[in-house]
Amino acid sequence: MEIPLSYYLCLSVVLFVVGVAGVLTRRNAIVVFMCIELMLNSVNLTLIAFSSFLGSITGQALVFFAMAVAAAEAAVGLAIVIAIYRNKRTVDIDKINILKW
Amino acid sequence: MQLFDVVFYVFALITILSGCVVVFSKNIIYAAFSLLFTFFGVAALYVLLHADFLAVTQILIYVGGILVLLLFGVMLTNNVISVEMKTGTIQAIPALIIVAIVAGTLAGLSYSTWKGVAVPAPGGPQTTTGTLGQMLMTSYVIPFEIASVVLLVALIGAAMTARRHRNS
Repeated sequence: MEIPLSYYLCLSVVLFVVGVAGVLTRRNAIVVFMCIELMLNSVNLTLIAFSSFLGSITGQALVFFAMAVAAAEAAVGLAIVIAIYRNKRTVDIDKINILKW
Repeated sequence: MQLFDVVFYVFALITILSGCVVVFSKNIIYAAFSLLFTFFGVAALYVLLHADFLAVTQILIYVGGILVLLLFGVMLTNNVISVEMKTGTIQAIPALIIVAIVAGTLAGLSYSTWKGVAVPAPGGPQTTTGTLGQMLMTSYVIPFEIASVVLLVALIGAAMTARRHRNS
């Protein structure tokens, strides 16, 4: 029980930064999705760490709602990716640029 | 070093390493299955932080729901048999700079804010399921209902978006 709060925060920072690196560098839209899930998980971990160390359960309720929104986001995002793939036959985010000015 | 510390370090290592595999693996299937270990590692860390209900919820929603959905996405958008399921990287140098900025900001923030603050360690084992359930049914009942509506709308919208239109 000697793990301090800062260790959990460090772990969350590392996980979030790995997710950011993935979002910025990968070309496949689905891998970008996975990296967004990584970032969501790291933020959830931060919330639960604070909630546990501060003795308040409110952070856990927040994480519960964040998970619900993450599930909705994954469903809608995957649907959009599949719709794009049906129209353009690719999920390469470099080639999906028709909305780019 | 006690058993608790060893468990924390093991699961932290599993989480970070499999997260790195998700980002840096060329094969999408490897990335998806590595994400499984990341989710399990985070769930184990939730258990260490006395969030037992959320650990189970993490496994149910992320592993049972989102990961399966992602695998379906991989299978539906990549030609599994003929084309190799590889994916390249773009913009390595600008991404490196942005990642360095984000990492420095977050690390500096968490270090400078929580460096000298003595936070009491959590107490002995306790279950949060009952308390969380009471909170969701009393003080958080409006967000709870809104979340259910959000999920319903999102699922209907996803089904409508991914549907193949008949007359086109």
